[in-house]
Amino acid sequence: MKRRSALYGAAAALALAPMAAWADRGEDGHLNIIYWQAPSILNPYLSGGTKDVESSSLVLEPLARYNQNGELVAWLAEEIPTVENGGVAEDLTSITWTLREGLLWSDGTPVTSADIAFTAQYCMHPEGGCAQAARYQDVENVEIIDERTVTVHFSVPKPVPYGAFVSAQSPIIQAAQFADCLGARAPECTEANFYPIGTGAFRVVDFRPNDVIQMEANPNYRDPALPHFATLTLKGGGDAASAGRAVMETGEMDYAWNLQLAPDVIATMAQGGRGVPVSAFGTLVERIEMNLTDPSPDLPPETRSTRAHPHPILSDIRVRQALSMAIDRELLVEIGYGQAGRPTCNLVPAPPIFASTANDACLVQDLDGARALLEEAGWTVGGDGIRTNADGRRLVIDYQTSTNAVRQDFQALIQQWWREIGVEANLRNINSSVFFGGDPGSPDTFQKFYADVEMYANNFNGTDPEAYLGAYRCGYEPRPETQWQGENINRFCDPAYDELHLQLAQTASIEERGRIGRELNDILMQNYVIVPLVDRGRVSAHSVTLGGVLLNTWDSELWNVADWHRTE
Amino acid sequence: MFNYTLRRLLLAIPTLLFIALAIFLLLELSPGDPMADMPLTIPPEVREQMRLALGLGEAWYIRFFKWLYLFSVVEPSHVLANMTGLDWLAIEGQRIISFQTRSPVGDIIAQRLPQTLWVVGLSYIFGIMVAVPIGIYSAYRQYSWFDQAGTFISMVGFSLPTFFTGPLLMLIFSIWLGWFPIIYDTTLVVDSWYDFGLQLRQMAMPVFVLTLYNAAQITRFMRASMLDNLTQDYVRTARSKGMTERIVVLVHVLRNSMIPVITVIALGIPTIFTGAIITEQIFRVNGLGALLITAIYASDIPMVLTLSVVFAILIVLFNLIADLLYAVFDPRIRYE
Repeated sequence: MKRRSALYGAAAALALAPMAAWADRGEDGHLNIIYWQAPSILNPYLSGGTKDVESSSLVLEPLARYNQNGELVAWLAEEIPTVENGGVAEDLTSITWTLREGLLWSDGTPVTSADIAFTAQYCMHPEGGCAQAARYQDVENVEIIDERTVTVHFSVPKPVPYGAFVSAQSPIIQAAQFADCLGARAPECTEANFYPIGTGAFRVVDFRPNDVIQMEANPNYRDPALPHFATLTLKGGGDAASAGRAVMETGEMDYAWNLQLAPDVIATMAQGGRGVPVSAFGTLVERIEMNLTDPSPDLPPETRSTRAHPHPILSDIRVRQALSMAIDRELLVEIGYGQAGRPTCNLVPAPPIFASTANDACLVQDLDGARALLEEAGWTVGGDGIRTNADGRRLVIDYQTSTNAVRQDFQALIQQWWREIGVEANLRNINSSVFFGGDPGSPDTFQKFYADVEMYANNFNGTDPEAYLGAYRCGYEPRPETQWQGENINRFCDPAYDELHLQLAQTASIEERGRIGRELNDILMQNYVIVPLVDRGRVSAHSVTLGGVLLNTWDSELWNVADWHRTE
Repeated sequence: MFNYTLRRLLLAIPTLLFIALAIFLLLELSPGDPMADMPLTIPPEVREQMRLALGLGEAWYIRFFKWLYLFSVVEPSHVLANMTGLDWLAIEGQRIISFQTRSPVGDIIAQRLPQTLWVVGLSYIFGIMVAVPIGIYSAYRQYSWFDQAGTFISMVGFSLPTFFTGPLLMLIFSIWLGWFPIIYDTTLVVDSWYDFGLQLRQMAMPVFVLTLYNAAQITRFMRASMLDNLTQDYVRTARSKGMTERIVVLVHVLRNSMIPVITVIALGIPTIFTGAIITEQIFRVNGLGALLITAIYASDIPMVLTLSVVFAILIVLFNLIADLLYAVFDPRIRYE
């Protein structure tokens, strides 16, 4: 009898052993996420908005994505294709992706190379208005090799071929579900846009636009033990402050996204003890852009703020440099961003290989140096403390930005420093939907730049700044002929810069790319056309009982949600 | 009376057309861009493509007439189909599509309406229920301590904006006391007493804030109207006939005083649908008010236009209802 029960015990122990080692899918119950901007749609191809891209990343997944360190990792693909492993052609005109084996959509059907080819077809349709079209630029066609393999052919050599199907912005969608949604019909597919079938850790149960999304664990997820949570609610709307409060003070929510709040406000909330703020840095840089052309309202609208009229004051590099030297970036960070910011002197602050160290002198404020430079440039202090030049022109500049508490604080501080070196700044702030709206009929867009300097933040997708740096080439400036569209906001033009950028576009070796990238960055910095202020990180908050969060600024914040779990 | 109603209804059509056009042109002229929320990393050519895909490439009058057709023909057919359950009534094909969600505007409004009706509608009913007795008693005992207290509270309700009282209540009841949640859960399905309790808890604060505001207005009307009537000759007559104070006040005076108050209440009903923009935003009640404000921020022209015109229709309609009610309650008034 005794022996028998011992045997039973052993058998039971054996049977239970794998159970103990492998956690079960959904054992951690329910997860509450709050995004203070509510998701409107779960199709990143129809909306470039961060809130929509990130919430759809719970469901839709790319072939490869960036991890929290900005490194490319294979996701649905077996490995990252490179020239070394033969995945990228020697002449850089094609890349071959192979899907992992045994992948299933959440409806149980297999994921095949046809889905990948369809995804490209969907986004590249000329009438679709695809928000991620830039990622599919230069793609000639997507050739299906076999069930799991596709080759993407490019019309030009692509040193960095990781645009299409990489990162949360360019996930694979199911061909069967979106087959009737091509081109102009894309917006009619409400069902597909709200309830996409994906390969991600969760699948949509209920989607209420601009309100709340309910999800449950994907029964066909590739790892049988994941995700740890059985269900998930993604609540949207409200404001960043109450989102932070709901995680850190009342504990109603487990994760709050992107808390753009003053550092002291976050610190007070964190004392609530229910949650902790986490921060990480990407490539977002708050900067002052100098207008190299004359925005004077006396000029006719056809040539105002265009290269036809160089700026009367800011064309002098010494003035631009003086304006930069007068700024105390450390103080700006302390007041505006706290742990979510650090002073920077570069347009490209990361990844490390592209981050230059040649401009670090700007970290120290130098009011005397700035004054000396202005003297040298012929600007002498007048009776009211504002400098004038030989022609009697006063050193007054218009300084515009979008309406935002931190930006207005920055404006006030910088106005004060500039006053100390004898420069008067007229401040202006513009509603962000107008400022960033790009309406060619509005005089207040950042592209039109009807001001002398303006401040905003920008970043680039992924880890390669080629396209980002390419914006500052000649001919890319917004002007009436282009309906004021264009990314060369400063109207900077230097043939040597263009030459160097062309070199970057033809270089594949990452060390070489790093060197050229840093050089391009240095040209812009040492010309003081862009005055970087703060390398802005991201602050999010998670509950003290939520484990596995790895804040990722290179991809979706929810990129590893499958690994999130409850800690006791 | 019937002729009058018909005439008013017919007259409402050009009024509403004019309102729709005015709103459309205002939206058209106002700055803002549906692409403004997109990250700057999306290049300008792609933005232009996206704008074209939204139909913004067409001339304004074409877009207006398209919208007008969809609004007056296609959308009502879907509403009808939903209400009757007869799917064949719905006209197939294009509907008014929201720029933000790329889904039909009508479906989103239908989804948001219940929250607004519950929270704002309930607070309106509570407001009336609280305000009428207070107004009556305040007038009857004019300048008593009760009247003074009532005046004080209604002044507080009038002058404290909901964006002050809302966060104040949240601070006290959610953060300090922890009684009520600060996030309204629209997915809650009430199928047990426990869920009903949760629903009551999450509705408590927004309903209270709005009730205070509604009651403040209606009390003042009720009180003023009662005071007007209390000094009338017929009141003295009623008293001298030997009627009890109860009958004098609650039957004779109240009935006559209710006439203007009912008009005010009827005129206020459209505000139940328009939602309480600020209160909904603060408490994250995802109703029509919150929908409108997010649509305005996102320059979602079809959504803003549709919602505004629906509100305009409600306002015009309830104006007519208020006028008709007036005639029903006051026999001296006759519309010919």
